[in-house]
Amino acid sequence: MSLDDLTTQPIPGAVSARFALVSEAQLRAACERAKADGGRLLALWGCDDTDLERGFALNVVLALREGLLCLRLPLAGEHPRYASLADLFPAATRMQRAVYDLLGVHAQGGTDTRKWLRHGAWPEGVFPLRRSVPIDAAFAPADDRYAFVRVEGEGVHEIAVGPVHAGTIEPGHFRFSVVGEAVLRLEQRLGYKHKGIEKRAEGMALDECARLAARVSGDCTVAYAWAYAQAAEGIAAMQVPMRAVWLRGIALEIERVHNHLGDLGYLGNDVALAFGFFQFWRLKELVLRLNAALFGHRYLMDYIVPGGVARDLPLDGPQRLYELAATIESEVKVLRGIYDEHAGAQDRFIGAGRVAPELAQALGLTGLPGRASGLAWDLRVNHPIAPYDQLDVRMAIHDQGDVAARVSVRFDEVFESLRLIRAMLGRATAGPVHEVVPVAREGGFGIGLVEGWRGEVLVALETGAGGCVRRMHPHDPSWQNWPLLERAVIDNIVPDFPLINKSFNLSYSGHDL
Amino acid sequence: MYTLLKQIAKAGIVSEPPPETDEALRVTRQRLDDAILEQFGRSLAIRHVDPGSCNGCELEIHMAQAAHYNLEGRGIRFVASPRHADMLLVTGPVSRHMKVALLRTYDAMPAPKLVVAIGDCGACGGGIFGESYASCGAVSSIIPVDVAVPGCPPTPLAILQGILTAITK
Repeated sequence: MSLDDLTTQPIPGAVSARFALVSEAQLRAACERAKADGGRLLALWGCDDTDLERGFALNVVLALREGLLCLRLPLAGEHPRYASLADLFPAATRMQRAVYDLLGVHAQGGTDTRKWLRHGAWPEGVFPLRRSVPIDAAFAPADDRYAFVRVEGEGVHEIAVGPVHAGTIEPGHFRFSVVGEAVLRLEQRLGYKHKGIEKRAEGMALDECARLAARVSGDCTVAYAWAYAQAAEGIAAMQVPMRAVWLRGIALEIERVHNHLGDLGYLGNDVALAFGFFQFWRLKELVLRLNAALFGHRYLMDYIVPGGVARDLPLDGPQRLYELAATIESEVKVLRGIYDEHAGAQDRFIGAGRVAPELAQALGLTGLPGRASGLAWDLRVNHPIAPYDQLDVRMAIHDQGDVAARVSVRFDEVFESLRLIRAMLGRATAGPVHEVVPVAREGGFGIGLVEGWRGEVLVALETGAGGCVRRMHPHDPSWQNWPLLERAVIDNIVPDFPLINKSFNLSYSGHDL
Repeated sequence: MYTLLKQIAKAGIVSEPPPETDEALRVTRQRLDDAILEQFGRSLAIRHVDPGSCNGCELEIHMAQAAHYNLEGRGIRFVASPRHADMLLVTGPVSRHMKVALLRTYDAMPAPKLVVAIGDCGACGGGIFGESYASCGAVSSIIPVDVAVPGCPPTPLAILQGILTAITK
């Protein structure tokens, strides 16, 4: 894509990204060209700049072949609005609805203008992310009615599930319209876990906010912490010691391994192969215990901090990680053989919850489910940041787009991550693991992007007075993938929904913020 | 089938002994009389509700059910309806959007009932998320809590300990 008529400037930092202040026509043109060139919408969020007497702003991040393009559209302080981008990028729909709920910035011409993140906690016409609303504002419980799309016809009935689910799962509401056992339509309603993370971030010190960013979605804490650190370090224009970079890579791959092991166990459990749950979770526990011993936390929370990592590996760390990798690899090979040969499991996996590659492409599926539907996109391969630029990552890919494909991609990624962990251990030469982050300047803008186990995790950061956080926007790949889950279950039977849902394993907390 | 059985035999039994109970975790004095605790001690049905956590605590609740911690081996199991539950296990700060759902779940449980709040957010003040326009903070701000288990997230052993503490005299 040509950016000739846009004045862009590089955003300092580890991620290859450029920034441009745009007019509405330029935003539209850039999105059209990005779309024509195979680019994708990565994130869309708003910002209240009225404290700087600049009205509001809409931020749009596009993933292009040559890197990220961050576009900012300034908007008037009174009735801020812009033309919807959902016709170009369907994934924009829910993001635009969220921007309205939080900031009162309106997408004109959008086909779906129902509320999204707002339920009963605050009333219509109140926009909690506006600077005029204090964080501790308390509102009387508001009307929580929501206009689900009704499917009509002979024999059609609805099954309403959630927000509290039958198992140990995050809350969300699923409205199935079914005939007999077959699903005609699924409509999701999310936002139940909205706990004001973005508002909470405002005014926080940079290192304190790192802890908040690491808790946006607890199962990908490493990815969020790293993306946040990238953004903060970019603003500070600092380099991270190379050993810290290797250790970050090791931590991210460990996170991928333990999450994939957990999912593979539950995918067995969901097809009545409880053996899978107990075997894979036994292995996962071995990983978590070594995490606690070597990194100080079972899930590596707060291990990655701005400036580097919290601590170096103990002397016997590499040896113990090599041994663990060998154990996991040999056991998972056996377990994969058992899953592959298990007729009952394969009968449930194959063909269930299929997302055809064309649909995945059209609607912007990303991350692990994207790769299972033939979309060859993995940041570690397409835009490798250090240390991945030195590693030659092999992307796992599948073209069937069903549960079996998502199982297969997980297996392949476990083996690849184990290979990468070994490679990084071998190359991480001694040295410091942390450097002090200078006080951030006011008005700094940084961006971080990491290929977490679910997909691309983005954190955008703006600094304000005293180097504190002025605005943080974390973006989870689940935003892109939830709508595809609605498509994946069509024509499947209701009892297969838990299996299909687990095969995506999307984040509620990371989405609801 | 042979490889499956071989794998089970090879992995063996990895379950570890349960933790000792810890009275320091108790928030409210034991409200149940001895006769009921006798019954709970043998078989406890738990309903879990996540009204706003980061999903970290959920990972450890899952792990408590896996082989090393063997929660079900102690007669404790998770149930799919509050109507079947003796204990409510709650994680996270309570988001304002989830307040009604949490209250309804609690109300749907038959008395006598116990509540265990899991994690720093649920145990005290909402953790790093605090109280705000969107968050009610700790679980105890909405429903009575018997035992609170701190940690971010608490380990499976700590979760097990909190559950066992709630059903001791």
